[in-house]
Amino acid sequence: MTGASGLLGGAVARALVARGDDVRTLQRRASGVAGATDVAGSVTDPAVVTRALGDGVDGVVHLAAKVSLAGEPEEFDAVNVGGTATLLEAARRAGVPRFVQVSSPSVAHAGTSLVGVGAEPADPVGAHGDYARTKALAELLALAGDGGPAGTSVVAVRPHLVWGPGDTQLVERVIDRAARGRLPLLGHGAALIDSTYVDNAADGIVAALDRAPDVHGRAYVLTNGEPRTVADLLAGICRAAGVRPPAWRVPAGLAGAAGGAVEALWRVRPGADEPPMTRFLAEQLSTAHWFDQRATRADLRWRPAVSVDEGLDRLAAYYGGRAG
Amino acid sequence: MSARATGRTSRTSRTSPRAADTVPPALPGLDPRYSHVLQDARGARWHFLDNLPDLADRGVEPAGTVLAVHGNPTWSYLWRRVVAAGADVGWRVVAVDQLEMGLSERTGEPRTLPQRVADLAAFTDALGLEGPVVTLGHDWGGVVSLGWAVDHPQQLAGVALLNTAVHQSDDVPLPAALRLALAGPVLPLGTRTTRAFLETTLALARPRLPRDVAEAYRLPYRTPAARRGIEGFVVDIPATPDHPSRPELDRISDGVTRLDVPALLLWGPHDPVFSDRYLDDLVRRLPHAHVHRFAGAGHLVAEDVDVASPIMTWLGGAARSELSAPSASSVGSPSSFVPIWGGLDARAADDSPAVLDMTVGEHDAARSVSWRALDRQVRRIAAGLHGIGVRRGDRVSLLVEPGPTLTALVYACLRIGAVVVVADAGLGVRGLTRAQRGAWPGYVVAQRKGLAAARALGWPGVRISADPLPAAARRALGVRHELVDVARSGEGRDLPPEPGPEDEAAVLFTSGSTGPAKGVVYTHAQLSALRDVLATHFDVGPATGLVTGFAPFALLGPALGTRSVTPRMDVSAPRTLTARAVADAVRAADGDMVFLSPAAVLNVVDTGGELGAADRAALGRVRTFLSTGAPISADLLASAGTLMPRATAHTPYGMTECLLVTDITSGGVRDAAAAPDAGVCVGAAIDGVDVLVAALDDDGAATGRPEATPGVLGEVVVRAGHLKERYDRLRLTDLAAVRDVPPGRWHRTGDVGHLDAAGRLWIEGRLAHVLTTPDGPLAPVGTEQHVERVEQVRRAALVGVGPAGVQQAVAVVEPVASAGLRRPGLAPAELGAAVRAASPVPLAAVLVAPAMPTDVRHNSKIDRARLAAWADGVLTGGRVGAP
Repeated sequence: MTGASGLLGGAVARALVARGDDVRTLQRRASGVAGATDVAGSVTDPAVVTRALGDGVDGVVHLAAKVSLAGEPEEFDAVNVGGTATLLEAARRAGVPRFVQVSSPSVAHAGTSLVGVGAEPADPVGAHGDYARTKALAELLALAGDGGPAGTSVVAVRPHLVWGPGDTQLVERVIDRAARGRLPLLGHGAALIDSTYVDNAADGIVAALDRAPDVHGRAYVLTNGEPRTVADLLAGICRAAGVRPPAWRVPAGLAGAAGGAVEALWRVRPGADEPPMTRFLAEQLSTAHWFDQRATRADLRWRPAVSVDEGLDRLAAYYGGRAG
Repeated sequence: MSARATGRTSRTSRTSPRAADTVPPALPGLDPRYSHVLQDARGARWHFLDNLPDLADRGVEPAGTVLAVHGNPTWSYLWRRVVAAGADVGWRVVAVDQLEMGLSERTGEPRTLPQRVADLAAFTDALGLEGPVVTLGHDWGGVVSLGWAVDHPQQLAGVALLNTAVHQSDDVPLPAALRLALAGPVLPLGTRTTRAFLETTLALARPRLPRDVAEAYRLPYRTPAARRGIEGFVVDIPATPDHPSRPELDRISDGVTRLDVPALLLWGPHDPVFSDRYLDDLVRRLPHAHVHRFAGAGHLVAEDVDVASPIMTWLGGAARSELSAPSASSVGSPSSFVPIWGGLDARAADDSPAVLDMTVGEHDAARSVSWRALDRQVRRIAAGLHGIGVRRGDRVSLLVEPGPTLTALVYACLRIGAVVVVADAGLGVRGLTRAQRGAWPGYVVAQRKGLAAARALGWPGVRISADPLPAAARRALGVRHELVDVARSGEGRDLPPEPGPEDEAAVLFTSGSTGPAKGVVYTHAQLSALRDVLATHFDVGPATGLVTGFAPFALLGPALGTRSVTPRMDVSAPRTLTARAVADAVRAADGDMVFLSPAAVLNVVDTGGELGAADRAALGRVRTFLSTGAPISADLLASAGTLMPRATAHTPYGMTECLLVTDITSGGVRDAAAAPDAGVCVGAAIDGVDVLVAALDDDGAATGRPEATPGVLGEVVVRAGHLKERYDRLRLTDLAAVRDVPPGRWHRTGDVGHLDAAGRLWIEGRLAHVLTTPDGPLAPVGTEQHVERVEQVRRAALVGVGPAGVQQAVAVVEPVASAGLRRPGLAPAELGAAVRAASPVPLAAVLVAPAMPTDVRHNSKIDRARLAAWADGVLTGGRVGAP
């Protein structure tokens, strides 16, 4: 497992430990996963990677990535593309039979609406933003390295908009901005978007690991299969955390333009905090993107166990418990 | 038969440069391998398309040959899709270029119709055409092809025609477009010197021809010399009785009338030359023909729509010789058949009232017509209509308000075998015009308003005024006869023989609320079967007194031998009926059965407070109460029940195609309310009707074998003796609506629902409105019923967004006025949560539409297709306008 210190990585590692797998994790910080063996280091370091793979590894789940809405392009390239190349190469050399590349639906999202589509091919040229661009390259690289059941079976899964208790990427940002009154709805907030409760995403990744020899070479989008409007989803998260849901609106086009301007501005003042808006975020929150989950569910033999509403209840319990 | 074998190198310089050559490669949609030339015994060189080599390559022995003949100014290119499609189904197709036309020889001699018919025979002789032949023709090629058909009865296996004509009535002017083309110096200018005629014809395509296809049509007609044949064709139109080609045209049109081979007529109604008038003439000559009018298509129907597929389907049937056999549709044995006027005949000597009309005069005064008088009036009108030329099979459109006059007219027409055409004024002027043009009645009986519309909009049919008119108005409205004169002329005259059970009796138009209005054809056997199921199921007979606040049923009174009364109301506006008017009618007719439309029920209940003690007593005698036309709520039914405490309330379910399918009483509605089933319970099938359900597949298509298995969601299919014969001149619609598994003639209703273990039918929506979700097909009504229980919701529609198979369910709600929600868009959080909580299926979104788009017809059926498109736009992040 790489990237086990994050929300999703931790959930995957715990799920694997829970079912009795012997889990070794690789990341810069401690994973905090009880029962797993941590190897500290970066996926970009071949020596560390080779050591982490050691002998007798049955599968790799590659989750580590630079996930951010802003930053230097070279850094994204080094971590997301370089890291994948290093890890996959080492896995092939070590004869690891299964390799799950955890990707993102944004690799095939060029800003237009995605309505009920399957996993379109990754498109580094059309993808918006450095994160999506480098994740697209990484997925293409990983699937190109698929060796099939006789070698290393590679499968890519793209969990979409993962959230849950402890999530700093989406949930904390939403709550933080909403609490400060800085969370607008883009457009009418009526675009339907898919999302994935973290436990479902973890189960899906484990399923992909198990099914890799049968579904190798393919990419699957992973979601709850319950699209909701942006307004509903943000309001649900805010209510769970006890903050006021967003009530003011910014035209989607304006937000996109502002995001572009902000990105440019943040480029010339490195080291500052995250930009309040990026084009990527503006697109994600104003255009529909939801997916056809039939192939994912049939091929991975997996169904999400936690509904959106149940997930929001768990989120509310988490924040309620923390507050109390 | 290849180009090489027929010596195209022998071409001489006398002919035009392109004469009798094969087609150049790369004409859009045409495989150049199909192009051939031959020389007939007289030396004339012909170009033609032929798929025989293709069939030989596939090792297929053709079932027969389609001989396709183009008109003016097209060429065999017109048939390219038919030629290709023929090869796929094992039929040889030979599409010939007539001499002087297309790529065939320019002989330089003018060719008349008899010559053209002889030319075609010379061509088929040279081709050595053997085996069964089906002719296919368009425009004037239709006439030429029929000439061949009439002359080759041994080989002829069928005739198919696209917009054409075999008869020019001398009292009907030529179409304006042709009159212009034939006018003196315009003729050579329009047809030969310039390309006007050619370009005008190509411009008739709907939609416009792609540029390369239009170019292909122009190919053989680039020079004035090459266009001489176009001019010659126009000169040869037998427009007047003394035209030299007229005897040949008459010979062919007479011959066609005697053809008994299968026939197919495919028609584009938007044709300035070959209008529906000519289709009607052909239908009279070939009454057994399968007919389909493609709404929206025009003169170049072969370009406008796919005609190849229906032709091939028909050929498949013709090969199995199913087409020549009349459809065995009547269920009852012929011996038990009692004509629809039987009830009237039986009481012909009865002086008691047959029909009472309270819509005229004051208060509880009624215009009363006895059985004896009604019978006499029916006979007078019947004989009078026959006297002015109305014959068996002639269509008579009735644009007369319900009342004794309409009743007498209907029975008079039926008695002489005339086919009544009934289209409700509720269709609106456009819908009515479409209906009149589609049905093409030979006669129209109308009141002043209908006559004015017929005149102004050019509706077909000899006009007969139902009311006396001043001479000036008669002239202005183009009225040929007045009904009083017709009836007087029929006094004491003998009636023609009665029509048989299989003869057509009526064309009823659908309401148009679920798509464009369609004509539905009923035979006498089917109308009589309808009368019989009504009589049996509702126990109606000579002792009954029928109060009909729903006009169509007033017409059935005489058929049932039952006294009927129309209460005081504006018959074209059912909601003008009051409770007191019903009570008055019950008293006047000693009524014990009340028929109301849903709108009338509403007002009758609303005005219940005006009833006096005597009124209440009268209503207390009613034993049966029916509301039909659309579902009404259990509450409304119960309210009506309190006005008629002894009456059993019924709400039957049916459609124009099968007027009575199931029935449920108010008690049944109460029982159904306790059941867990989704949808509206419409009760069990009545005796004589079979109801099954064809399960939906994952794409929402009703592909399952029809079964009675409880709980299976599918399309409702019905079978009954009173089921329609067919749709009128809509053969393809007809084929799509019919199922023959299990054995029998089943009608696809387009409604979806399920049967329960008790055999009750539950309607859950229209097939076209089914959502296709990843979890399977989902019918909307069940969920809507739950959502409509939310306090703030006035009505709800469940629609799907996204691609078929992965659709997400979205509830669109129309809030009650007090909710204060006037802007369309996402529902406020509380309303959204309430709707979600009420819905039995997960909802991706809840939207508010302050005013639902509905059909103009009833203002009740929600336009779900439009709502779904709107929801789709909103939920992809588009603009939020009004739906």
